[in-house]
Amino acid sequence: MAAAHEVQHHTSTGVDNRKLLMWVFLASECLFFGTLISTYLIFKGNSLVGPLPEEILDIPLTSLSTFVLLMSSLAMVLAVYGAQHGQLGLMKGMLLATILLGLTFLGFQVYEFRTFGSEGLNLTTNQFGASFFVLTGFHGLHVGIGVFYLTSLLIGSMRRNGLGRDRDLWVDTAGLYWHFVDIVWIVIFTVIYLMPH
Amino acid sequence: MATAVGTVGQTTEHSKIWEWMTTVDHKKIASLYGVTGFTFFLVGGIEALLVRTQLARPEGTVLDADLYNQLFSTHALTMIFLAIMPLGASFFNYFIPLQIGARDVAFPRLNALGYWMYLSGGLMLTLSFFFGGAPDGGWFGYAPLSTTAFAPGRNMDFYTVSLLILGSSSLIASLNFVVTIINMRAPGMTMMRLPVYMWMTLVVAFLLVLSLPVVTVGLIQLYFDRNFGTNFFTPATGGDPILWQHIFWIFGHPEVYVLILPSMGIVSEVLPVMSRKPLFGYAAIVFAGAAIGVLGFGVWSHHMFTTGLGTVPQVVFSASTMAIGIPTGIKIFNWLGTMYGGNIRFTTATYYAVGFIALFTIGGISGVMHASPAVDTQHQDSYFVVAHIHYVLFGGAIMGIFSGIYYWFPKMTGRFLDETLGKVSFWVMFIGMNMTFFPMHFLGISGMPRRIYTYESGLGWDTWNLVATIGAYIMAFGVLLFVINFFKSMRQPQTAPDNPWGGSTLEWATSSPPPEHNFDVIPEVRDRDPLWYNRDHGIELPPKPEHMHIHMPPPSYYPLIIGAGVTLVGLGLLAHLGVAVAGALVVVYGVWGWALEPTD
Repeated sequence: MAAAHEVQHHTSTGVDNRKLLMWVFLASECLFFGTLISTYLIFKGNSLVGPLPEEILDIPLTSLSTFVLLMSSLAMVLAVYGAQHGQLGLMKGMLLATILLGLTFLGFQVYEFRTFGSEGLNLTTNQFGASFFVLTGFHGLHVGIGVFYLTSLLIGSMRRNGLGRDRDLWVDTAGLYWHFVDIVWIVIFTVIYLMPH
Repeated sequence: MATAVGTVGQTTEHSKIWEWMTTVDHKKIASLYGVTGFTFFLVGGIEALLVRTQLARPEGTVLDADLYNQLFSTHALTMIFLAIMPLGASFFNYFIPLQIGARDVAFPRLNALGYWMYLSGGLMLTLSFFFGGAPDGGWFGYAPLSTTAFAPGRNMDFYTVSLLILGSSSLIASLNFVVTIINMRAPGMTMMRLPVYMWMTLVVAFLLVLSLPVVTVGLIQLYFDRNFGTNFFTPATGGDPILWQHIFWIFGHPEVYVLILPSMGIVSEVLPVMSRKPLFGYAAIVFAGAAIGVLGFGVWSHHMFTTGLGTVPQVVFSASTMAIGIPTGIKIFNWLGTMYGGNIRFTTATYYAVGFIALFTIGGISGVMHASPAVDTQHQDSYFVVAHIHYVLFGGAIMGIFSGIYYWFPKMTGRFLDETLGKVSFWVMFIGMNMTFFPMHFLGISGMPRRIYTYESGLGWDTWNLVATIGAYIMAFGVLLFVINFFKSMRQPQTAPDNPWGGSTLEWATSSPPPEHNFDVIPEVRDRDPLWYNRDHGIELPPKPEHMHIHMPPPSYYPLIIGAGVTLVGLGLLAHLGVAVAGALVVVYGVWGWALEPTD
């Protein structure tokens, strides 16, 4: 069986198949978010009725939630470090921290969506509402899937065998996804909140 | 089956159907794709015959306008998404591992999931005829014709939902193919020793990985417009119908190359073997294919010259469209150079390959004509464009696929298709194809618009429409001859040798059909044409080892469960969101089971 394992893990580039799969998938995701962000930019200033972004966006609040998401990436880096260096306590703790920070970010987003709704902005109000909710909503969905992904790894790491011999690969690949979703948020935050209206 | 870990050839008692439903073997999945894809090819053909029957005479009464719209729309969707792409995926699945010298694709279960999602989306699209009406807004689904104001029924929701499922299926298949080709090559198989078919597959997979997410967003936005009251594409509230066209064609034009590049790859395999010469200009044909892939992302607006883009975009997209003719031309000369001076065997596969070159060149030339915005404005929405795309897709893509079928049939089944019947069916198809589509050039020039369900007599269109319809039936007869040939061959004994055509690539180094583990010993590659190199240098393949310890992935039913969950999500999006939530839970269950399932 040892020989079979060697065959299984030998790849032409030296990069594991699962990690390469994640890289190529993230290339695809770039185009997914690129199209959503383009739609937002194309409709910028095209709303015929309010509320308009300058009237409704709460920049300090979202800066805080952005900080939370950035800190989750720091926690993710430490979780990968723990996985690679056999520090399982660090890995589990930091996975948990990443999950909680991700959930906090989602909490901010739910609060923001609800506030906007009560102030009269929803999907159907104007072009800003449609493109804002669909873009940030799909980003939130990605964060949610990331939380599910990391929670699965955390549960897996608590089994008797932990995450097995590919532990560092599993955590590293999940980290790629998490950092990507984080970087996309930085672009979205800049485009929606920071660029002048 | 491969439930036995560590040994090959043991079988366990399972029902045949369960075995096929849980298979993760790339060759079995290829058969599933092939049979399903060909069935949908026949469905799309019947839809086309109904359209042609309606148009045979002026004031036709076979179909009403509504059903006509559904039929021409589903004909296009079926042929593109349910026939040509899956038939391509069938060959990809079968020959990626065999041509690069691997035992399977990188992710066998993902491969199975891709097939089940394809089947789910395909059935959803086709059965929509019986559940309130099929998509009727063209395969391009232009807003505002696709918005609720002009398409109030469920028709266009079937369009968005089934295309989202089919797109996800193609995406995961393409991710798998990219990783497999880059990462699973046999020792010595450098990138510039890859068979050209593998290069074209890689380009196609990248095109899909990078273009599908764009149309996914467009389809989501259209779904939101239709169901949640957003106004992405409704001009009255600040939306922009032209945005849909941009989003659609940024996907739609690379998609055209997704359809044609696999056939270019097949022809690049068939011609050298049948000419008994190495491919002329390997590097040129590889770089030309990659150039087509890159340029393919920069030409989409030539579908939109009549929307009033302005002078600068028209000039830019006109130039980029003309530029894409250059790598295409390079390839055509590569194929001609390969045959020149060769000792050519005129098998049925050669017939189809040469037919491909001739017909695709006609379609390519009428395509470059539309790079000129002035000419394009004249031809827009006329039958001239219908003639063009059918020369490219039937004359190109389908002819290439048939060439591949005749070429690889002995490898896939261990049997030969009948060559005489094959050549007869080629000529019938070739004549029928030209009779159908060449007159459409004349119809277009004389002003016949496309997508009209009937026309008046006396406009000068009567004769050529009748000729085209007769041609369509001749073409259908040619396809029928192939079906007969197929069933006739499948009753023959498996007599095909390992390498019946004297091929040079690795798939011919194993038995016909190959064993489940493909190669007893993974071959070592020393040249671009490894088997010819071995022949010329007297290198024997290593003998079959006495004890083989080859680990093949066990069958799994989780792809089926996730596929079922995705189907529920799709049905939920069409009927009730509660069902979609239930479907999502099934997907979550499937993903967890998948992750925890032992594969060692």
